[in-house]
Amino acid sequence: MDELIEILQEIHPDVDYETATNLVDGKILDSFDIISLVSEIADRFDVVVSAEYMIPENFNSAQALWSLIEKLQDEE
Amino acid sequence: MHFASYIFIGFVLALVTLYYVLPKKTQWPLLLLGSYVFYYYAGWKCLLYILAVTVITYVAGLLISKNKMQADAKIADMKAREKARSQLVKDDPTFAESTEEPVDKTARKLYKEKQKKKRRHIMAVGIILALLILAVVKYTDFTIHNINSILSVFKISKRISFLNIALPMGLSFYTFQAVGYVIDVYRDRHEAQKNFFKYALFVSFFPQLVQGPISRYGDLSRELYTPHDFSGRVVARGLERVIWGFFKKLVIADRILPAVKVMIETPENYKGMFVFMVMMFYALELYADFTGGIDITIGIAEMLAIPVKENFERPFFSKNIAEYWRRWHITMGTWFTDYIFYPISVSGPMLKLSKWSRKHLPEKMGKRVPVYLASFVVWFATGIWHGASWNFIVWGLGNFVVIMISQELEPLYAKFHKKVNTERNALTSTSYKTFQVGRTVLLMSALRLFDCYRDVPMTFKMFGTLFTTWNWNLLSSNAMLQLGINRADYVILGIGTLVLIIVSIIGRSGSVRDKMEKKLPMPLRWGAFTILVMIILVFGAYGEGYDAAQFIYNQF
Repeated sequence: MDELIEILQEIHPDVDYETATNLVDGKILDSFDIISLVSEIADRFDVVVSAEYMIPENFNSAQALWSLIEKLQDEE
Repeated sequence: MHFASYIFIGFVLALVTLYYVLPKKTQWPLLLLGSYVFYYYAGWKCLLYILAVTVITYVAGLLISKNKMQADAKIADMKAREKARSQLVKDDPTFAESTEEPVDKTARKLYKEKQKKKRRHIMAVGIILALLILAVVKYTDFTIHNINSILSVFKISKRISFLNIALPMGLSFYTFQAVGYVIDVYRDRHEAQKNFFKYALFVSFFPQLVQGPISRYGDLSRELYTPHDFSGRVVARGLERVIWGFFKKLVIADRILPAVKVMIETPENYKGMFVFMVMMFYALELYADFTGGIDITIGIAEMLAIPVKENFERPFFSKNIAEYWRRWHITMGTWFTDYIFYPISVSGPMLKLSKWSRKHLPEKMGKRVPVYLASFVVWFATGIWHGASWNFIVWGLGNFVVIMISQELEPLYAKFHKKVNTERNALTSTSYKTFQVGRTVLLMSALRLFDCYRDVPMTFKMFGTLFTTWNWNLLSSNAMLQLGINRADYVILGIGTLVLIIVSIIGRSGSVRDKMEKKLPMPLRWGAFTILVMIILVFGAYGEGYDAAQFIYNQF
């Protein structure tokens, strides 16, 4: 989780990812950010977040994204 | 059946009346019938296209759903057998050696992947077949034209004849909607609709058939098939939105249309300052026309108690073009993002490219290469979706270039904001925001010149005259009154635009109709809308033998 927050902070350093729950709905992350995030995740966690998982619910908070990574790692 | 025609108004009134008078179980079949009647008016051949797209995507969705159900059942069974076997092994370790076919996680995973691949193939076939219809109808002549041009470059006298297939109304819209449905079934966002007629209604729902919004099945189906009781409030609110749409279309868009037409049909007579006028007038016309059409669409759907997604969010108040595109034709933008941009960006080759570029290029550039490549594809697709011609492709790529430049200039903007605090007081903040809005309007209007002149070299030439032909002095002459619109038209347009801007500003903090409902007593509210109807009747762009202009987005 800490590593994920590190990645997120590289994209938008001024956001409190521990508490933010509207990263997509609140227009903090745009589609460019999401793609950067997904390629970083592929690199660091060795999981591919395919397009079917790219919905606001999975990217609205660091926790939701972390749960998705765990789920995908489990499926691998 | 044009939205701004008496026959359409009569059709909607009859349909809404029957919708609430007939038994509730007939509501969705009535809408299907009405939608096909509406579409029949565009020509019986149009029915064949919509039926073909409906059948292809219905079958694809059904097959994917069926495979998913069967695969899920088998995986559940494998899991149960796996669990039972591990329990037996735990109880009796010799059992493992006595069984020949152990069910393990790897076998289950392999089976799961195989079935998913099968579903992916079904999805691909469904999408290709549906898009093939669109490609043949919309792009064959464009392809032939380009082949002929290449032949002429190589001095080969042979020419291929054009097919001249008429583009069926709304083909691009309903094809995209149906393709989105198949992908969503594949992605397990929802199950396939088993009832063919219900699915046919989703594809053909008449208010949005002409110019969108491009709905998702998961959103539209929530209320599309549900029986609805009559509610005067719901119908009245829908009607209010329809009236507002007609105001935009008839009082503003159609009134300014003659001036735009004159200036773009004989460009050699309208250079310099007139090109700026084309930019501004066309921005107003397109905005009033398209958002007006969407207001009518959403309003009619509201009258039927069926919510449809919003397609605009005051786009001209955007601070940059990227934001503008998140607020203009929203359902098309999200369609391209979800079904083209994301899948391309996270595809195997793109992730490999991403890895390579981050290793071999400077860090920031390396990260952006895949994003820009995927964006390029999306903007190319957006351009060609709008029309099978180079002017639309260049327009799409022009948007891509502007967005890319603005991304690359981000560090410069950050430096500027560090030095100049634009938020230091209300005046600087408002001034800077106004500058940003002005910049968005100018950039978007300049790019739209490709749409106006429909010819790439001509567009560049005309844009160039903005700087080479200095004829702003003509503004003080009668030149602006020679464009097919008179002083009275300008006054109506000025007041109409002002009303549009005021309503937009009020709408920034929430729905204007909600505010009116809360603050104004019913007679006053109704009075306001009655006046609006009168204004449309008196100041709408009619005249002897007048035929309301076709909505601009109908052609796409």
